[in-house]
Amino acid sequence: MSKKLLLKNDHIPNINQLAVYRQHGGYAVLENTLKNSNPENVLEEVKKSGLRGRGGAGFPTGLKWSFLARPEGVSRYLVCNADESEPGTFKDRYLMERIPHLLIEGMILSSFALGAKTSYIYIRGEYFYVARILEVAIAEAYAAGLLGKNIMGSGFDHDCYVQVGAGAYICGEETALLESLEGKRGNPRIKPPFPAVAGLYGCPTVVNNVETIAAVVPILELGGDEYAKIGIGKSTGTKLISASGHINKPGVYEIELGLPVEEFIYSEQYCGGIRGGRKLKAVVAGGSSVPILPTELILKTANGEPRLMSYESLGDGGFASGTMLGSGGFIVMDEDTSIVKNLYTFARFYHHESCGQCSPCREGTGWMEKIIHKILDGHGTMQDIDLLWDIQSKIEGKTICPLGEAAAWPVAAAIRHFRSEFESYVQNPENIKDIKHYYRLQN
Amino acid sequence: MPLVTIDDIPVEVPEGTTILEAARMIGGDIVPPAMCFHSKLKTSGGYCRTCIVKVEQGSAKDPRPMPKPVASCRTTVMDGMVVRNITSPENLEARAGVVEMLLINHPLDCPVCDQAGECHLQDLGYEHGKEATRYEFARREFEPTDIGDKIKLHMNRCILCYRCVKVADQITDGRCHGIINRGEVAEISTYIEKAIDNDFSGNVIDVCPVGALTDKTFRFKSRVWFTKPVDAHRDCTKCCGNVRLWYQGEEVLRVTARKDQWGEVEDNADGSTAWICNECRYDKKNTSDWTIEGPSKIDRHSVISANHYETSLRNIKADTLKMMGSVPHGVKVELGTGALDPNNLHK
Amino acid sequence: MTTSEQIVFSKESLEVVQKMMLRYPEGKHKSALIPVLHIAQAEFGGWLSAPVMDYVASVLKIQPIEVYEVASFYSMFNLKPVGKCLIEVCRTSSCWLCGAEDIIDHIENKLNIKVGETTADGMFTLKAVECLGSCGTAPMMQVGADYHENLTLSKVDALLEKFKSEDKQSRYC
Repeated sequence: MSKKLLLKNDHIPNINQLAVYRQHGGYAVLENTLKNSNPENVLEEVKKSGLRGRGGAGFPTGLKWSFLARPEGVSRYLVCNADESEPGTFKDRYLMERIPHLLIEGMILSSFALGAKTSYIYIRGEYFYVARILEVAIAEAYAAGLLGKNIMGSGFDHDCYVQVGAGAYICGEETALLESLEGKRGNPRIKPPFPAVAGLYGCPTVVNNVETIAAVVPILELGGDEYAKIGIGKSTGTKLISASGHINKPGVYEIELGLPVEEFIYSEQYCGGIRGGRKLKAVVAGGSSVPILPTELILKTANGEPRLMSYESLGDGGFASGTMLGSGGFIVMDEDTSIVKNLYTFARFYHHESCGQCSPCREGTGWMEKIIHKILDGHGTMQDIDLLWDIQSKIEGKTICPLGEAAAWPVAAAIRHFRSEFESYVQNPENIKDIKHYYRLQN
Repeated sequence: MPLVTIDDIPVEVPEGTTILEAARMIGGDIVPPAMCFHSKLKTSGGYCRTCIVKVEQGSAKDPRPMPKPVASCRTTVMDGMVVRNITSPENLEARAGVVEMLLINHPLDCPVCDQAGECHLQDLGYEHGKEATRYEFARREFEPTDIGDKIKLHMNRCILCYRCVKVADQITDGRCHGIINRGEVAEISTYIEKAIDNDFSGNVIDVCPVGALTDKTFRFKSRVWFTKPVDAHRDCTKCCGNVRLWYQGEEVLRVTARKDQWGEVEDNADGSTAWICNECRYDKKNTSDWTIEGPSKIDRHSVISANHYETSLRNIKADTLKMMGSVPHGVKVELGTGALDPNNLHK
Repeated sequence: MTTSEQIVFSKESLEVVQKMMLRYPEGKHKSALIPVLHIAQAEFGGWLSAPVMDYVASVLKIQPIEVYEVASFYSMFNLKPVGKCLIEVCRTSSCWLCGAEDIIDHIENKLNIKVGETTADGMFTLKAVECLGSCGTAPMMQVGADYHENLTLSKVDALLEKFKSEDKQSRYC
């Protein structure tokens, strides 16, 4: 269960440099593919691999690629979504910072498969220093003939550029990202048309997450069939998990999909258990948008099966008792954590990040934040809890983009699984100040 | 031609028709309300979410239902599509939710708003709104501003439909207003004080579905239901010259574009949209400037419709009281019996 | 920068901007807007005044409102002046779980300002921001392009001292 495909070389000093990356086999897959394969085969291998989008939605990558329209004489684009902004998620940053060439190699391979002559890596503005690392790596790749005209003598031309954002979670939504890349406000587009038909500059475009694109390299190295043997069921391959919160060893871990959640939390190889030997209270398993689960439901499904780190197992039980793998942002909370206060930080986040384009999200996110704040302030009523529930249901599914769901789901899940905590805040407001909200800093 | 069924009524429509357009072809109560869509403005619609409908069957080929409500103004019909609007309680509930969201920060200042009587949000509130608000926090407030000497911007009333931005983009050259800031505090603005200086700028008033952009030359002159609409034209070098004059007695209080039953600017005989220029709108307020065609055709149910003042006003009064009663932040208005009777108002 | 004639990119910046515009297909140079605004903000005092945005519009040959719309959308662009050293402390979930509120309280007390304010000497501005993708190294703050992670109160003290002595504008690029 400790198979490493993406981060197998992350410990090697200077692996960010082209020479070191190549010493460890970097760009061999690209060379082999350009010489001995063709775009159709690459697409076929990706399809066979069962790779699913690693940004959060988990849509099959090969299928997404196969939707790309290919009208004669129209440019096609690959855009890498490096706008990693889902609270709890920092794996793309780690990958780009440590092994930028893995992403670039994946970009060239994917572009080859898609027939894209130009690609952009759209990275969130706050990751400015990571953008610089990518710029340096891209310059190295150009100098070595890995980008530009006639790559490795294959006749394939490709240009890859880094584009920085400027602080907007919504630009992680693929059409908002494209708007932003076109120099506009990050307002999600109304779909259809989908980017595969009319994306960047109105041209057919594929938008993939950093980890998804990087995974193309090991897929072509192993072959799609071999890759599909890793993992469990339809959750093939490995996944980068960003682990944070009240654990002994926060960080980015590459796991083989199917690893038991309990092992991930408690094993020394991964999170190393809960800080200070305290008890586990709850986990947000896939980034802030996915439903929070209490200990009993995150370690085991409602049927008593061990919960595994996979799309299917985490989703087992639907939202009644399950959650989602999402982006792999794994936030762990110990027994002293205030779920209501944690929810408040999420609600405040979504309120701040709503683009304002459609009414339910623009108005509803702020409303939810205010009610949760009121409850935390000791002025909440029982009706407020029901109202909160009702508001989230009026946002979910009514918006242009998934930010509506992302804002609604955490609220719904917190009430579903921790209603008594909300009620105790309402009934005993005088106790709120005594509730230990978070892990106090020492020193 | 695709056949679509909306609320159990089948209709055959041309390829590429949206659900909303198909519903309008059927007409009547099953037509979803639309605040941000405007058929004469490209890429409009999709933002306000009031026109959402439930798609029970995607098409004959792929009969699966659509997982979420869709914006009928931006969703193209497929052959065999089955849509539910008012025959789906679930859909009406979802729409009521959208209406509530649109109203939580709205000032509900209809009694002093020039748009009252021809306001789409007011209509929406009557049809789908609840009696009392559940929102108990301070409402978002912006100072009213002037956008040039003829247009007043009341951002408090704006629902961010983007229509005025699209007008500026599509029928004027050099847009200088837009949407600034993000999320809940996004607003229509020129950012730095700037007049919208353009022969066609006044059209933003006609497309505004609420009282956010109003004609300063008509400001507080009259309630729209006391004015009488008359269609007229003149030879104009800048625009089509086909307008609607709004009379009170002998006096032309306001000039607007002609609007159809959906509140959208009508087409000219040649198929072009009857946008009007600022000269016609602001500077030609004498009957002698115009060739009068006759009284405008106004929807029988509109408060503006002649001979229906009585019943309509009664409704308005009841509804206004209902809405005022739900204002939580200090505005207290007592309307006595007959307060909104036109005869009393003029006393 | 007080008058508009002073608002001109340095030769180096202008070269970067021109090179950047080549990254996009012909006629799509508006794509350079966000990167160019970053450069402008770094070059003209850490914030984007209306004249600076108008200048950017003229460089990219777009309408000023197109720049205002974009600049006001993204949280990294400051539309009001900020201190030389802009401290942005992350406060979302993981950072909060690991003590971000202590960090914010501490900086507020230390600098005698509240979140959103600037010290009287114009040295520091404190902002509380949403998730910066440093959840595994929480709590953290960003100052200019630099991430300062695994913060403790004493680490913050040392950093504040360091920033004071550096006395230079923090910038993203």
